Amino acid sequence: MESRRPPRTVSNPIVRQVGFIPHQPPDPNPPDPAAAAANPSFQAFSTSPPATSLSPVMIPPPFPGTSAPLRCPPAPAAIAVDTVTVGSYGQSESTLATSPATANRIGDPEFCEDSHGWLNSDSGTYGAVLSIPSFGFDMSGVNSTEESSPKAVVEVEEITLKEATTEVALDVKRDLANEEMQTDMQSSFKPLKEKTGKAESVLQVAQRAVKPAAKALVKKSAVGKVPADDKTGKVVKQSSQKKDVLPTTSSEVVSGKKGIDRSFERDKKKDVPPPRMQYDDKNRVEKAKKRSVMKQTEARNRVELFLHLPQYEHGNLLSGLESKFFHLDAMHPSVYKVGLQYLAGDITGDDNRCVAMLQAFKEAIKDYSTPPEKILSRDLTARISSYVSFLIECRPLSFSMGNAIRFLKRCIAKLPLSITESAAKDTLCSDIDRFVNEKIIIAGKVIVGHAASKVRDSDVLLTYGSSSIVEMILLYSHKLGKQFRVVVVDSHPKLEGQALLRRLVANGLSCTYTHINAISYIMHEVTRVFLGADSVLANGTVYSRIGTACVAMVAHAFQVPVLVCCEAYKFHERIQLDSICSNELGDPEAISKVSGRRDINYLDNSTNKENLQLLHLLYDITPSEYVSVIVTDYGMVPPTSVPVIVREYGKEQLFL
Amino acid sequence: MSEVSSFQNPNPNPKISAYYQTRAAHHGVVTSDWLAQAHAAVGIGPDSDDFSTAAGAEPSSVGKGFSVIDEFNNWRKQPDLAEAVAAIRALASVIRSSNATTMMELEIELKKASDSLKSWDTTSISLTAGCDLFIRYVTRTSALEYEDFNSAKSRLIERAEKFGEISYKARRIIAMVSQEFIFDGCTILVHGFSRVVLEVLKTAAQNRKLFRVFCTEGRPDRTGLRFSNEMAKLDVPVKLLIDSAVAYSMDEVDMVFVGADGVVESGGVINMMGTYQIALVAHSMNKPVYVAAESYKFARLYPLDQKDMAPALLPIDFGVPIPSKVEVERSARDYTPPQYLTLLFTDLGVLTPSVVSDELIQLYL
Repeated sequence: MESRRPPRTVSNPIVRQVGFIPHQPPDPNPPDPAAAAANPSFQAFSTSPPATSLSPVMIPPPFPGTSAPLRCPPAPAAIAVDTVTVGSYGQSESTLATSPATANRIGDPEFCEDSHGWLNSDSGTYGAVLSIPSFGFDMSGVNSTEESSPKAVVEVEEITLKEATTEVALDVKRDLANEEMQTDMQSSFKPLKEKTGKAESVLQVAQRAVKPAAKALVKKSAVGKVPADDKTGKVVKQSSQKKDVLPTTSSEVVSGKKGIDRSFERDKKKDVPPPRMQYDDKNRVEKAKKRSVMKQTEARNRVELFLHLPQYEHGNLLSGLESKFFHLDAMHPSVYKVGLQYLAGDITGDDNRCVAMLQAFKEAIKDYSTPPEKILSRDLTARISSYVSFLIECRPLSFSMGNAIRFLKRCIAKLPLSITESAAKDTLCSDIDRFVNEKIIIAGKVIVGHAASKVRDSDVLLTYGSSSIVEMILLYSHKLGKQFRVVVVDSHPKLEGQALLRRLVANGLSCTYTHINAISYIMHEVTRVFLGADSVLANGTVYSRIGTACVAMVAHAFQVPVLVCCEAYKFHERIQLDSICSNELGDPEAISKVSGRRDINYLDNSTNKENLQLLHLLYDITPSEYVSVIVTDYGMVPPTSVPVIVREYGKEQLFL
Repeated sequence: MSEVSSFQNPNPNPKISAYYQTRAAHHGVVTSDWLAQAHAAVGIGPDSDDFSTAAGAEPSSVGKGFSVIDEFNNWRKQPDLAEAVAAIRALASVIRSSNATTMMELEIELKKASDSLKSWDTTSISLTAGCDLFIRYVTRTSALEYEDFNSAKSRLIERAEKFGEISYKARRIIAMVSQEFIFDGCTILVHGFSRVVLEVLKTAAQNRKLFRVFCTEGRPDRTGLRFSNEMAKLDVPVKLLIDSAVAYSMDEVDMVFVGADGVVESGGVINMMGTYQIALVAHSMNKPVYVAAESYKFARLYPLDQKDMAPALLPIDFGVPIPSKVEVERSARDYTPPQYLTLLFTDLGVLTPSVVSDELIQLYL
């Protein structure tokens, strides 16, 4: 009986619970651990929410889960969970830890991309669960080391022999791990011989890859920062890769509801790109670092609330990557190129990034040939996964890219087994083309048509930043002969609006240019606000470039309609309530400097000071009540209808 | 989005909104100058007839000797029949009297007929929406694809009749679903004359509910007077307010009941002038605002603000001559955004405003 969009109150009751619930502590430390352990299912639920199969719509547990200091102290939690470990999934631990299958949690849709939401929001608990591992897992680590020792030994020898191989070997090994995981999900105890054989062959490949570049040996080892005495680290890494995924795996075992079609579920899980990592979790970050192709240096002095997001120091990285260009066997050059472009910021804008990624994948698929004794659909999926994880290292994926990757993987999975390789490749390439064409290009045109119908003569249209779709709308409306004026609002440090302004002025539109600081001043003369979006989430929340929320709120306060233009392929079924749990951090240098103003150098030498934290957020979310309409390729819909479109067309979109 | 563009095109006859003329004729406006009004309505009559014949002559391919507009006007004369239902019946008879031989031909014919109906009065949202929904409903059946033409056609007619039946019964359904919301001793504020709301209150009175009705006067066509008449006939205690007394008496009111000319995609409604301000007052005093509307009024429109619609103009009688230099706002309706509405009573059930778009998406896409 309440009105549909009650005015947004500052404090949401759920949020308000955080950290202050005397009668019901956020970390329920069971009074009687033994009794609790006797009832493992309850225990698992109460102490480690992520261990139960959470659905993305569940309200995140009342943990702040964003910063290490806030995280519940490990002592009670660890004990509690330890008992659980014994009671509930201690049994499965050792097997799982050694099973190669478990390492492939990358594709778990609950775990990943699909659900960064809860994953991020409950990192506190997650962290708590993961922080025990140091003891609990050391055991399993030993186990697994024993298990895979032949392989590891082989590697270690190789490494000592040829330092330079290490990196390549690493990559290939990662690849191999992926393949392994996918091919033999169930058979956790694969004969060791086979494994060893595989490892050897991989190393041979790696060596071959290295040979041509033998000259660059010294340089590379310097770049790679893989010290020779890192062998032990490698061995541990082997196991650690596996163990860092243990909690979720075991949760699956615990939940056990999947039953027979688990293998099918797993297949489905592979469709999804890897999870967004919680970067405040030291263990995992370490592991990920060892895995990664790029050696990024983490920025110091990160803002506490955003420790879970990756933040690197930019700059010296590119040269290192470029030098590796010819040695990365696993990475297709076109993918590599796109990754570098992301990293360097040459490709920005959501659509551009998505299209560039798909084109790179297309190239990669064209050049792909199935290795002997492999199945195309499985091997290619693994290949794509490795590409994706590389791209994530360059820059976190956007929602639309996640959707596009899901689409591609569905396409691969959908291929009939009997299809020949060249036919399969053709099908996939045409699928990609179709996706780009239908979901991005044509959808854009449809949106332009819809949105232009809302532009009247003598309107004053305001736009923020530089959105390609909004630019198309403005130009199209101008072409239709409508008389209107444009206000381009811009913000530091990107100043993308200037590029947009230049193109608009060149096309003869009358424009006003201002910075976001003047938004409340300029808003009273505006009649429509057109905004682009990175994604629209299932609760109607608009995830977009930082500053968008501010513009939308000011427009709302001035009773100016806000039109958000967004293709339906960018819709996402998750829900996000704040812009903290999932966001992207930009280069902190960018906000400490003002380009072209040498006299503003107050922060020049103080960026590394301990008591200075620079926060350069790239995205924010706009609550749905500030959005009047979402213009999408299915027409103009209210923000409340986004879940309807996701529901009705999500499947069709993915299967196309 | 043809309906949007046609809707936003300048009205071919911007002086008069035919929709409101029909309403005026149907509702037998009770005013002091009743006769003059009636005369005016009659004076409009031949004019609109001219217009309709002109429009009817234009699509020559619509059946030999059969004009959908004539058919529509026949149905329209029944005072109890909503315009959209009349249109639906007229379109159904288009199918019946068509001598097309292929499915495609029939569909094109239907499309033309509905287009001519829609262009007959672009200010009527329910007419446009009804036509669109009819075509959607009738032609969107998978059974059409693998049958021979005759059985397919009879199936179409069947569906058309079913749709007409549903639309006709909609009012009863709404009256039934809304009964739970009327409790004994409540005071209901009603704005304008809506046949659905009347049906709802009539049913409530028949169910021996004890309630009180406040009627706004409903300027300029004073439809509220007529509504209060109806209420008095039902022995329901009724009080007449001038339109400007809404805020004054809102504290006594338990709920606001309005009809709708059209329900738009945002979940808001387009209704007689004054609905928006009543909804605003009710919202600020935390009184529920209920809208009773048949589902054939769901239109694929998305007005962003009040001026975002083609205005439906209405002659306004101020009783005294207005100097020529004074401009008169003659728009007949306004748009109430969804955040000021509590619930919509429709024949699809009791909906929150956000579900409207859900239904529309399912219907149209």
